[in-house]
Parts: sequence; C-alpha cells; structure tokens
Amino acid sequence: MNEILLIGNPNVGKSAIFSRLTGAKVIISNYPGSTVEFTQGQMKIGEEMPIVIDVPGTYTLEPTSKAEEVAVEMLKHGDVVINVVDATNLERNLSLTLQLLEKDIPVIIALNMWDDTKHCGINIDIKKLENLLGVPIVPTCGLTGEGIKELIARLPEAKKHTLKITSDSQRWEIIGKITAEAQSLTHHHHTLLERLEDISIKPLTGLPFALIIIYFAFWITRFIGENLIAYIFEPLFDKLWLPLMMKLSVFLGEGSFLNNIIIGNLIDGKIDFSQSFGLLTTGLFVPIAMVLPYIFSFYLVLGILEDFGYLPRLAVLLDNLMHHFGLHGYASIPMMLSLGCKVPGILATRILEERREKFIAATLIAITIPCMAQSAMIIGLVGQRGGKYVAIVFSTLFILLVLKGLILNKFLKGTSPEILIEIPPYRIPQAKAVIQKLWMRISSFLREALPLVLLGVFFINILHTLKIIDLLADIFAPVLTGLWGLPKEAISALTVGFLRKDVAVGMLGPLNLTTKQLVVGSTVLAVYFPCIATFIVLIKELGIKDMLKVAVIMMAVALLTGMVLNFVL
Amino acid sequence: MIIDLTQLAPGETGLITEIQAGHGLCRRIQSLGIRPGKKVTKISSHFWRGPQTIEIGNLQVAIGFGMARKILVEIDKK
Repeated sequence: MNEILLIGNPNVGKSAIFSRLTGAKVIISNYPGSTVEFTQGQMKIGEEMPIVIDVPGTYTLEPTSKAEEVAVEMLKHGDVVINVVDATNLERNLSLTLQLLEKDIPVIIALNMWDDTKHCGINIDIKKLENLLGVPIVPTCGLTGEGIKELIARLPEAKKHTLKITSDSQRWEIIGKITAEAQSLTHHHHTLLERLEDISIKPLTGLPFALIIIYFAFWITRFIGENLIAYIFEPLFDKLWLPLMMKLSVFLGEGSFLNNIIIGNLIDGKIDFSQSFGLLTTGLFVPIAMVLPYIFSFYLVLGILEDFGYLPRLAVLLDNLMHHFGLHGYASIPMMLSLGCKVPGILATRILEERREKFIAATLIAITIPCMAQSAMIIGLVGQRGGKYVAIVFSTLFILLVLKGLILNKFLKGTSPEILIEIPPYRIPQAKAVIQKLWMRISSFLREALPLVLLGVFFINILHTLKIIDLLADIFAPVLTGLWGLPKEAISALTVGFLRKDVAVGMLGPLNLTTKQLVVGSTVLAVYFPCIATFIVLIKELGIKDMLKVAVIMMAVALLTGMVLNFVL
Repeated sequence: MIIDLTQLAPGETGLITEIQAGHGLCRRIQSLGIRPGKKVTKISSHFWRGPQTIEIGNLQVAIGFGMARKILVEIDKK
C-alpha cells in the first residue's frame, strides 16, 4: 500500500479526515470546493509510510470541472480509496460510491459527519450497509477525530468489488434499494440554526441579513486591525525597535551606503518608520505593523464565516448581479477570498465550469479586487487625509469592477452558465479549527510576503543608489505627470508594485503628495499590474496567451482610471 | 398536475417526474440527488428569475432559473 486516495463528494469533510490521518495542516471550510488542488501528506501504519492524497471533491467520475478532472486523474495511480461519505446525505453520496465500486481498486468507506445523523433524525444500520455494499464501513467524525483510529485499523480490509452496472438509471435503482434497506428516518424538530438558514436564503429576509453580516464583517475587521496597530504594534516599534535602530544607525555612520540600505533616510535626524525606507525600518514596519494586524483580523472574520457556512448563501443572493458580468453567483467566492490575497482567490476560480467564466473572474480579481495587504496600506495612508478619500479609492475600484464585468460579458463570446450548488447546513465554528486556519494563513503571509517586501525595499534602494530610478522617472514622466498629475518620483512606487503592493502604496508616503495625488496614486497602483505572486498564478491558471490579454486590459484600465480621476477630482 | 420547479410555491412540495435536459446537464443535476421519483420542497425563489433554492432529502440546493424550468414536478391539484 503506497498511495491512499481520499475521494468523496464536495464538502463531506475529506480535508478534515486528511488532516487527522496525516497530521498535515490544510484549509478546511464549510462550503463545496474549498480544496481545488490535491494535497498530499504521509501517514504511519506500523512500519509503512503510505502517501495520503486529499482529492478535490467530485460528484461523479465523469468530470464537469477542473477540480473534478484532477480527482479522476488521481484514481489511475492510487492503491486504495477511502471513500468519504456524508452520512446525512447517504443516497446522493452513494452515487459516487457505486461508481468507485465499479472500478478495479480496493475501497473502504468512512461514513463521516456521523455525529450529525442523530439530530437530523437519521438512523443508518452500518452492518446492513456493509453487507449491501460489500466493503468495510467505519463511522467517523473528521472534526472531532472520532472513528479515525478504527478507520486506520481497518484500512487493510479495503476490498475490490467491480460491480457491473450498465446505466445511470440502473445505478440509481440500486442506490434506492440500498438506502431503503439500510436507512430509516424519524421526524426531527427544526433547530435554531435551521431557522437561521431559512432567513438567510429567502430573498426578502436574506438581503437585509446579508447587508448586516457584510457591514459587521468589515466593521469588526477594521476595529480589530486599527486597535492592534494603535495599542500593540505601533508602541512596540516606537518604544523597543526605534531606540535599537537609532543606535545601529549611529554605528553604521550617517550617509554611509549600509546605513542607506538598512536604516534608510533620516528625516530631521530621526528614523521615520513610514518614510525612511530602510530594510530594518520601513521594510519591517510596513508588513508587520501596518499590514499584519489587518491580515489577522480579516482572516479571523473570514474563517468564522467560512466555517459557519455563510459564503455559499451569499453567493446565491449575488447570483443575479454576477450574471451581468457573465458569471454566476458562485464566482463571488473566489472574489471574497481575493479580498484577503489574490493567489488563493485565483486558484479558487477552478470551481467554475467554463473557460470564459474563469477568464472573466480571474481578470476581475487581478484588476479590481484589492488584497488585504494593499487595503490595509490604503486605509493607513489615505485614511490620514480623511475617511472620505479611502471611500473614493474603494468606490472607484468597485465601479471599475462593475464596468469591466459588463464590458467583458458583452464582448466575450458565450453566455454565463447557471448556478447549481449544494448549500451546506450551518455549523457552529469550532475555535480550534478557526485558530488553526488563521495561523496557517498568517504564517503563509509571513513566509511568502515578508521576504518579497524586504526584497522590494532592498531593490529600490539599490536602484536609487545607481540612479536608475531617476532615469526611469524621466522616461515615464509624460504618463505620470502629464496624464495622472503625479510627481515623476512616483515611478519608484510603480516599480516596487510589480513585487508587492503594500510597500508600493507605502512608497507614496514620503513623496509629500496632495490628497488628490494620493488618491490617484493608490488607485493606479491597485489596477496597473498584479504583484509577482498573483502574476505567476495567473500564468499558471490562464496560460501565457490569456495572461497577455489580461495584461493589456490592465494597462489600459490603469491609464484611463488615472486620467479620469486626475480630471474629475 | 404537472408544473415545473419554478412554478412551485415556497413551502410547497412536489414529486419530480422528469428532467428535460441533455445528457451532461441531466447527469450534473442527478449527481446532486435531484432525480425522478424524489420529493422536492421549494425553499425560496429569488427575484428577477434568480436562482431557486430547494430541499431534497437532507440537502439544500441552489439551482439556476433556466435549469429549474427543465425539472418537472407533480403536485396535488387544489
């Protein structure tokens, strides 16, 4: 046994079981399609160390989306399948189970969400079901870890079945018989959560409910972010880090090359964390004291909403609006993820069925959805001039989103497909799961973003020292000054923007811009080109040709938006 | 009386009799457990020919208006 595959319908808890089996940490959420790429880990059974693969959820072995294609492809080289089945939706899940049993591969079933069957009024006779299906079945609960030990112990019992089924209707007939024999239902009372489910999906109550949730989500994100900065991170930097850096600066000698790179420019003989632009001053202050608090608060709120199961409901409510952009409601989930970081957002567009949809969604995300790192900087920097101006930046981005969606939908051939998704039940988020997910996202920010921020600061200091920036500034002056009304020195921000958007916005700080210039500058920075990490994932997902198209659209949008804002404001 | 899924009123339950769709779409719809012989209850229907949400078995599904029109259900005549 070298390779174990975890296969099942979307949102049945494969990732939770994967994490239990391997100890690997993976993102688990309560909506279909949270795993779009297969994840692998290793587990230990006695002396053996087989590889376990968490396969993206699929309804059938005849794939209808990219994520499902991955699943079918994996099946070719696995040794054993753990078929994860949602015990509360036995009948629907068995369709995939039977298709698996038709294949020439040993199968064992994890009857997951076992704990939920009781309050749903479902009784499943496991012995009977085992006899009917002819493979071992273990009741499990991935979230609490119940049944996992038994699952591992019984893994060697996994059996091939090679059912001979000739048609879909024959399969459904067999499934009907199996469920009728092994499952009995009793009446259950509506719970409070189920009432809330109803409220949030009916249009008359659902829309106000959505507005309240969104308002509070942003309010809490901002509240936590602002307070973390004001009471923890800024004091830490001012009281502890500043004196240390001042000493280092004296040691390195003012005006020396090393001092310029590490500490940066002294403002009135002092270090200014947001203006000095040294590696250990601004290079650390921007990602840690200005961005990290917002990353923390955003992902905390998002994680809770994800685990509660709210996102698919919001997606259904947004379906109408999204159709005007050539998308259906579910495309709003990658967009919501992108408010945190565009990289997982663009990866999540794999849940969309058609290429046209994927292209539109990825383009809209790349150009008009600001990631949290960037938003935090815009709030921090533009916010100093008044909340009104922050609102102008974000409204401009939103208007661009709408306009671009409408235009792309009109000019790209094809129509928008319709939504067809299952809506998961609400579940009370578990603190441990939420914290683990939050920690994974924060550490990936520190691991992936922090080095790039430092590289960006280093790079721009070198370009300054070599006077290359001055050359670039002169070349691009006609666009910068002529069209956008910015000083030509803003080129340094645009240059760094190819690497990271947060530092790029930060570089507008020392330029002594007027409020209008600051608004134009930060809006242009948001739209002209994605950061390098987003750029790479766009190429991977769309291919070079489509990526070039996106790039052309971006440049055009940036040119126009900058001009219009410069003219209107 | 046979009507389509969009005509079912919120709260009303019907028996699915037929899915009038091509092979591919039919499969996608059926894989969610929506198939002839199953009881379906309408939960809500969104404005401007928006998605229809239904409950089937223990599962809630949101389905586009056009797709929902292709699903025929039988209800008791009133």
